[in-house]
Amino acid sequence: MLPFSFEWVWDAGHMLFMGGLWYALAILGLGMTFCVVKSAIDVCKGDAHKEH
Amino acid sequence: MDSALIPTGVKRCSTGKFAFWLFIGLIVLLWGVYAMLLCWFKGLNQTNMNDSYGFALWIWADLAVIAIGGGAFFTGLLRYVFGLDELKNILNYAVLIGFICYSSALLILAIDVGQPLRAWFIFWHANVHSMLTEVAFCLSCYFAVLTIEYIPLILENRQVDKVPFFHYLGHNMHSAMAVFAATGAFLSFFHQGSLGGVAGVLYGRPFAYREGIAIWPWTFFLFTWSAAAYGPCFTLFITRITEIVSKKKLVKQNVIDLLAKISGWMIASYIIVKIIDTLYWALVTAPAKGFNVSFFYSNNAFYGYWILFLEIIICGILPAAILLTKKGRDNPKILMTALILGVLGPCVNRWVMVLQVMAVPVLSFENWVLYYPSWQEVATTILPVAYGFLLILVSYRYLPIFPQETELNPIVETEMKSETETEETIEPAGDQALSPATA
Repeated sequence: MLPFSFEWVWDAGHMLFMGGLWYALAILGLGMTFCVVKSAIDVCKGDAHKEH
Repeated sequence: MDSALIPTGVKRCSTGKFAFWLFIGLIVLLWGVYAMLLCWFKGLNQTNMNDSYGFALWIWADLAVIAIGGGAFFTGLLRYVFGLDELKNILNYAVLIGFICYSSALLILAIDVGQPLRAWFIFWHANVHSMLTEVAFCLSCYFAVLTIEYIPLILENRQVDKVPFFHYLGHNMHSAMAVFAATGAFLSFFHQGSLGGVAGVLYGRPFAYREGIAIWPWTFFLFTWSAAAYGPCFTLFITRITEIVSKKKLVKQNVIDLLAKISGWMIASYIIVKIIDTLYWALVTAPAKGFNVSFFYSNNAFYGYWILFLEIIICGILPAAILLTKKGRDNPKILMTALILGVLGPCVNRWVMVLQVMAVPVLSFENWVLYYPSWQEVATTILPVAYGFLLILVSYRYLPIFPQETELNPIVETEMKSETETEETIEPAGDQALSPATA
């Protein structure tokens, strides 16, 4: 999973598979981080209840 | 008793009735959990898997729930990427059903691994030459997407929504949902495809082997297409079952009609390609490997030509023809027939691609191997059904799954007065609720 794992080889398979996995995880992680941080900021600002 | 948790403006059954069905579901669930623990503690010798059948019954169930759970990613794609706004009224339920299907698939895989404590090996020591590695990666990530899509629903619960942070979090997650939905559609394309690809690359098993484009056999594309085509049928089928059980109309007919029509077009295009694929396999691929088609459908008690007929004609052409006609979609009974066939279709296809592939003899001195699952396999296959039943039961009661429910089922004042004296749980209708005349 990580380049220091003993089976790791810098070949196309590892770059494609692991790159794809990290790319997807990064989108999900950054997206959720954005939502959580923005919500914390909204709470601090004390905005009125937003409509969904 | 739990009325404070029930969404505003809707009517739910009494706590006693709810608890009774919860208990029934739990009993079945516990039976499955017992079988699962047997498999974990005593080993996979609890199953009837052998040298011929390396895939147990639950792997068929795994592929089937992933296919019929495809309604979530496809409906999300249509709503967020293609902008079909009407589908927002059924999207919550599609997400819930998808969440159940995918969590069930992961649970089944956890049983199939045999040693769940080593399940993480697939990530840490990944075999990047295996399509199943891609399936595992995409399936895990897509399950994360479904969880992200399901969380805002939980946050919209009346009591949870009162907490300001959760209120804002739900709102912000809704705002960013297009990104998550698009990621989910991308992941689904690859894991559905790779599941098909696993069968298609088996060049030693001519029944499953397919030609294709570069490293991708036709089955790669057929699996993705079939999941997108038939998945909405399962969403609509469960919606209809929920409507029958709750004795309420929960989604407007124009929404049902739109999704059914799209599904009809998808099934029609899929089944045309499937017929071409089957003919090419029968006339070119199989003869090139030294086989007549009849070899794969005869000389055994179970896998006759009828299974091909069932998959392509009964569960392919027939539901497509019904869903494509307005008359068929407007008639509840005919529509329900099409939906049932639409659910059965991918289940038969996955059965053929998983179990018939294993049954066909590979060597000249071998015979057809027929497979009988052990009770532990049956119990662990029913386990996700019980789990799904419980999750739908709880979610429908406490979460605002159907945005049109209050509009379609306005609570009349007199009804409220009479029923508050009983144990029935009714909450006063909010501003969204319409009078019967308006509705």
